[in-house]
Amino acid sequence: MSDTQTAPIKVGLFVTCLADMFRPEVAFATVKLLEQAGCDVEVPAAQTCCGQPAFNSGDNHNSRRIARQTIEAFEGYQYVVGPSGSCIGMLHHYPELFDDRDPWKQRAEHLKARAFEITSFLVDELGFNAIESRFTGTITYHDSCSGLRELGIKQQPRQLLAEVAGADLREMQEAETCCGFGGTFCVKYADISNRMVSNKTGFAADSDADTLVGGDLGCLLNMAGKLKREGRDIQVRHVVELLADMTDTPAIGEADYDLGQPL
Amino acid sequence: MSRADIFANIRRGLRRSEATEAQRETVRQRLQQRPRNIIPSRSQHEHDALVELFVRMAREAAAEVVELDSLEQLPCAVADNLEQKQQHELVLASDSALTELGWAAVHERVECHQRVAQVGDQASLTLAFAGIAETGTLMLFSRPDSPTTLNFLPDTHLVVLSKQAIVGPYEDTWDRLREASPGRLPRTVNMITGPSRSADIEQKLQMGAHGPRQLVIFLIP
Amino acid sequence: MDIKSPEFKQSARIALQDANLQKALGNLKAGFPGKRASAVARMPEFDALRDQARDLKNHILEHLDLYLEAFEARVVENGGQVHWCRTSEDARQTILQICREQNAKTVTKGKSMVTEEINLNEYLEEHGVQPVETDLGEYILQLRGDHPSHIIAPAIHLNLEDVSEAFHEHHHRPKSDDPAVLMAEAREMLRKQFAAADVGITGANFLVAETGSTLIATNEGNGDLTQILPKTHIVVSSIEKVVPTLEDMSLFLRLLARSATGQEFTVYNTLSSGNRRPDDQDGPENFHVVLVDNGRSDMVGTEFQEMLRCIRCSACMNHCPVYGAVGGHSYGWVYPGPMGSVLTPQMIGIEKAALLPNASTFCGKCEEVCPVRIPLPKLMRHWREKEFEKHLSPKAVRWGLGGWAFFATRPGLYRWASAGASRFMRLLGGRKGKIRKLPLAGGWTDHRDMPTPTGKTFMQQWNERQQQEKQR
Repeated sequence: MSDTQTAPIKVGLFVTCLADMFRPEVAFATVKLLEQAGCDVEVPAAQTCCGQPAFNSGDNHNSRRIARQTIEAFEGYQYVVGPSGSCIGMLHHYPELFDDRDPWKQRAEHLKARAFEITSFLVDELGFNAIESRFTGTITYHDSCSGLRELGIKQQPRQLLAEVAGADLREMQEAETCCGFGGTFCVKYADISNRMVSNKTGFAADSDADTLVGGDLGCLLNMAGKLKREGRDIQVRHVVELLADMTDTPAIGEADYDLGQPL
Repeated sequence: MSRADIFANIRRGLRRSEATEAQRETVRQRLQQRPRNIIPSRSQHEHDALVELFVRMAREAAAEVVELDSLEQLPCAVADNLEQKQQHELVLASDSALTELGWAAVHERVECHQRVAQVGDQASLTLAFAGIAETGTLMLFSRPDSPTTLNFLPDTHLVVLSKQAIVGPYEDTWDRLREASPGRLPRTVNMITGPSRSADIEQKLQMGAHGPRQLVIFLIP
Repeated sequence: MDIKSPEFKQSARIALQDANLQKALGNLKAGFPGKRASAVARMPEFDALRDQARDLKNHILEHLDLYLEAFEARVVENGGQVHWCRTSEDARQTILQICREQNAKTVTKGKSMVTEEINLNEYLEEHGVQPVETDLGEYILQLRGDHPSHIIAPAIHLNLEDVSEAFHEHHHRPKSDDPAVLMAEAREMLRKQFAAADVGITGANFLVAETGSTLIATNEGNGDLTQILPKTHIVVSSIEKVVPTLEDMSLFLRLLARSATGQEFTVYNTLSSGNRRPDDQDGPENFHVVLVDNGRSDMVGTEFQEMLRCIRCSACMNHCPVYGAVGGHSYGWVYPGPMGSVLTPQMIGIEKAALLPNASTFCGKCEEVCPVRIPLPKLMRHWREKEFEKHLSPKAVRWGLGGWAFFATRPGLYRWASAGASRFMRLLGGRKGKIRKLPLAGGWTDHRDMPTPTGKTFMQQWNERQQQEKQR
């Protein structure tokens, strides 16, 4: 599949709500990586959210409406790629929303077959590992649940991070344990979520890494928010920022200027 | 009327009334042919290797394994073993293979009884029907000359196991058991892997909860 | 047992602040997952066994009536009796009736979650029959008037001091802080009970259709003493535990202990087939199997059928970060953790149990370790669908979702709203990069900062770049 020289691969970027709103850099880094891998990237304007909030709240009616909208928005793209195991995982759930006789089922299956999380797309689908990036520091990697357990994303980001010059990966304990984000869970069950994220930031701190990296902004915002509140000196970044050599912007939840410096 | 309700409800769920003949046949076949499922490779070896595996797994499960050269050595070995545990009473299964051994020679060290077990018994001796190498498991079953209480009430349970009776997986014992007890199973079939234990207090493992505190396996050729 | 599931959130909050409970839960997390992982690593065929077990359970469920009929016929041939109970009430009455026929004063009990489910102990006591729990954990709980918080480690929520205290109070012996001494004390006390009981009640891990046998797996040996000493043995089991043959039972046994405690095999696996044979010197004279439905047959053919594959190993709760944080009692009924969050709504109604299937991040760890591959997150989501369909979800959630969906199905509006929200948060956060208190998001900012958006939305920036490129 790495026959990238001949015709560019047409990829539709699934931006994801959190990247769109909180950290556009993540989406730009994804575009940069895809282009480095020889893809022609477009951003379909008709996309919104993957529909996960409705789906996980048992609201299948709205889930289906959003699924149909997403399926249509990405019609005609060879691949659909996004910087989130969770949102792409949701696209993989679409076929469950339609019964067998519904023509949308086929279309949902077709979307599922083309939808990839960025690191697994680069590694598993394109066999791409020509990462041109430098990052000085020790990092630790949090495996986000949906990517890990629904899409089998474990080695792919690590394999790519190994190509980043200067980055030294130190695994933390329980890297695969949920950080307690869980979409609306973190607000509906705030106390339990707080315990889970506190466990996680503790493990991250114990690893002695100075940067916590992951593949899903929901988890990263949760962990970064907790680390800031705890006053821990650990930076949080999305994996694509390191892979695309885009770590000049402040880390998640960091001030956009150095404190003590004049503006 | 519960029975009829339950069956009606199950069938409603399965979207059928009575099962079809084909479905009945599938069930009949499974019950008669008893196909084996996956057998772990660890339990598929030559007999010598299985004996070795049995010993290793039984010891891992905290059973004591004593290898003897012959059954005749048993009374002496039992006496020695009980002496170490400062025990001197033994309740024997009335199995002639055990009772006909030379217990008289050790009568000063061990007081033997033939009966069911009672609360307060120190030690019992029974004959195992099979040993399962896969997990170091003994199989015993209830019969007139081997009451089940012997397997559970005494503090120390001594078991004689012939190497010939060691098999690889559990499945090999089912075939032997059906042969030994045609028509229906004995009332109680025990698979025993090591002595009694519990971790119910703070998840810390303690040996000797309600069953025997020690399990000693005498392995004979 | 009182249903406290509607108070899940309050119970969880209290549990999180209970230092003793948290210490006890630490024992669980330090023990079970690591032991399971080691046991699985020693069995290369483990995943293949899981696939086979899933398929076999599916086969059994498709022929459930036939296997139950076969099992019943064989029990009767073995000299036993089978009683069918549609509800908890039926089951309690049936068991009491058997006890009365035996003029039973005391019954010993092996560990059985089904008897918890049907609330048997209380009922027997009310009717003059004294039940005595013999599993060490259950015994401790009975002395304390407590209930299990875990399906295989019932007293996991207690610490040594709690046990020591309970024993001191009931046994009138000096306190001890040595678990071995405490266990020996329980052993001694229960010996008398085993011998004196008129009836022994056990559960069953499996019912074997081929032979009409019931199987219990215990490490303590209490289940065996419970059934071989009294004159009457009653097995209380739910209907989905039937398996075709001994060969099929073997498959499940290979998975059960490894998934549960990480043992290679449970110490005692005992098959009971009918009553004492004519020449046997011990064993029960009467053998009864009480088969409890209690909502299970209603699950056949529904989206919850897969739950009937469950073999009660507890791996899902042992690995669940939510269970690990709040413990089993927070769930407010008999079955805690992920399996409980699927089963409880079926048994007590989604109206009372709605908080349980919602109390999951869907991290998927439970499904990852389930020996029969039950898609627990999917089943929890199905309960959320029921909740939503029945309009049981909180109004704020429904309105919130409705409003959000209005935007999410209109891409232009959605982008406009996202840009607005981004701008609002940037204003609130200033240049600090984070917000310490965000209106309407207290659940978040009570515990953590909210990182602020770094600039205009991606869609805004992307469109601006596209425009600029066009102009060039």
